[in-house]
Amino acid sequence: MSITVTLIVQGLAFLAVAWLVMRFGWPEIMAAIEARQKQIADGLAAADKGQKELGEATSRAEAIVREARERAKLVEDQAARRANEAIEAAKRSAQAEGARIVIAAREEVATETGRAREQLRKDFGTMVVSGASRLLEREVDAKAHNQLIDKLADEIARG
Amino acid sequence: MAAEGDAGGMTGYIKHHLEHLTVSVGDSPFMTLNIDSIFFKLLLAVLFLFFFIRVARRATAGVPGKLQCAIEMMVEAIDGIVKDTFPAKTKFIAPLALTIFALVFLMNFMDMVPVDLLPAAAHAAGIPYLRVVPTADLSTTVGMALCVFVLIQYYAIKHKGVGKFIGEFFTAPFHAHGVIGKIILAPANLLLRLIEEMVRPLSLSLRLFGNMYAGELIFILIACMTLGAGLASGITWVMAPLQWFAGFLWTVFHILVITLQAFIFMTLTIVYLSMAVQEH
Repeated sequence: MSITVTLIVQGLAFLAVAWLVMRFGWPEIMAAIEARQKQIADGLAAADKGQKELGEATSRAEAIVREARERAKLVEDQAARRANEAIEAAKRSAQAEGARIVIAAREEVATETGRAREQLRKDFGTMVVSGASRLLEREVDAKAHNQLIDKLADEIARG
Repeated sequence: MAAEGDAGGMTGYIKHHLEHLTVSVGDSPFMTLNIDSIFFKLLLAVLFLFFFIRVARRATAGVPGKLQCAIEMMVEAIDGIVKDTFPAKTKFIAPLALTIFALVFLMNFMDMVPVDLLPAAAHAAGIPYLRVVPTADLSTTVGMALCVFVLIQYYAIKHKGVGKFIGEFFTAPFHAHGVIGKIILAPANLLLRLIEEMVRPLSLSLRLFGNMYAGELIFILIACMTLGAGLASGITWVMAPLQWFAGFLWTVFHILVITLQAFIFMTLTIVYLSMAVQEH
């Protein structure tokens, strides 16, 4: 249990081991640790960046969808308004057309009525003259009695 | 457990266990080599270096293996301690600290091997004496502590320069302002400084040696509980379980001691070296 020359051997062996550790092991292990730390840091940074980009893309997409929806609503409103306008216009033109047709028909009816009345009066006058002449057994002088006949015909026509 | 209780019973057994396997290389008692301490230290050093360098060579920045993880944990922890403590940039201190921790721990761990196992095996192979715990040999701990001592002086000179290094022997720890005061305080400073420098390797080596020597001695005493007992004796059947239990308890406790001592040796070395490069 005394100190012997062994201590020199032990001390030198100890220093040799320390030197070997420093020379052949330590740098490699530290390099591996540091490289891994860098990898992890880079990975985390990339994940952060990706997260941020995803958020931006999502908000961008939402904005686009919102805009599209607004535009679609605008188009829909416009289409509805135009359809209403078209319907109104069609209605108006149809009413005008109908009124025109009615007026034309009325005019025609009036013309026809007038013409028929004229004809009827003429016919009636002729019949009256022929009836009267037959009754009188002689030729009635149409010219002489025309005034009378016309007056009569008018009275008949007026009804 | 009672392999060599031949000469002198318990005292002989203990004495035999505390005897080194020696080779004389000179005339004085100092000139003897403790072959067993040297052998086990070198064996453990080679074992440690083999695993450490193998892992370092295969070290990958990708997914590490379990052994790489374990070694990286140690390397990173020690690197952190050194960076926190040592004020200057250094390449050698951290590997030195790792070496101290690993080597001292492994040498201490030889205490966990059953106390009679290796000596009995050596005895069977014709080797008369064998002590397997190199740190229970004062020569080993003093050798390491002296290396640390030399390194302390080396780093102090390297960082302060020779003039300042020598000057500090006379101007610290007591600081004086005038020239006369400095001269008066110089002897006291020199004395204190010398004591301080001497005490460091002494306390480093004796602390480790004392702990390990005591631990080994207690293992030997526990082994003595059934010394020379035969299966025919009733006492053997009482003592054997007791011995097993005592050995178990001391082993469990000793796991703490060997780790702690390795850590203390390492930490104190870092602290001493840090103090050496700081200005007083």
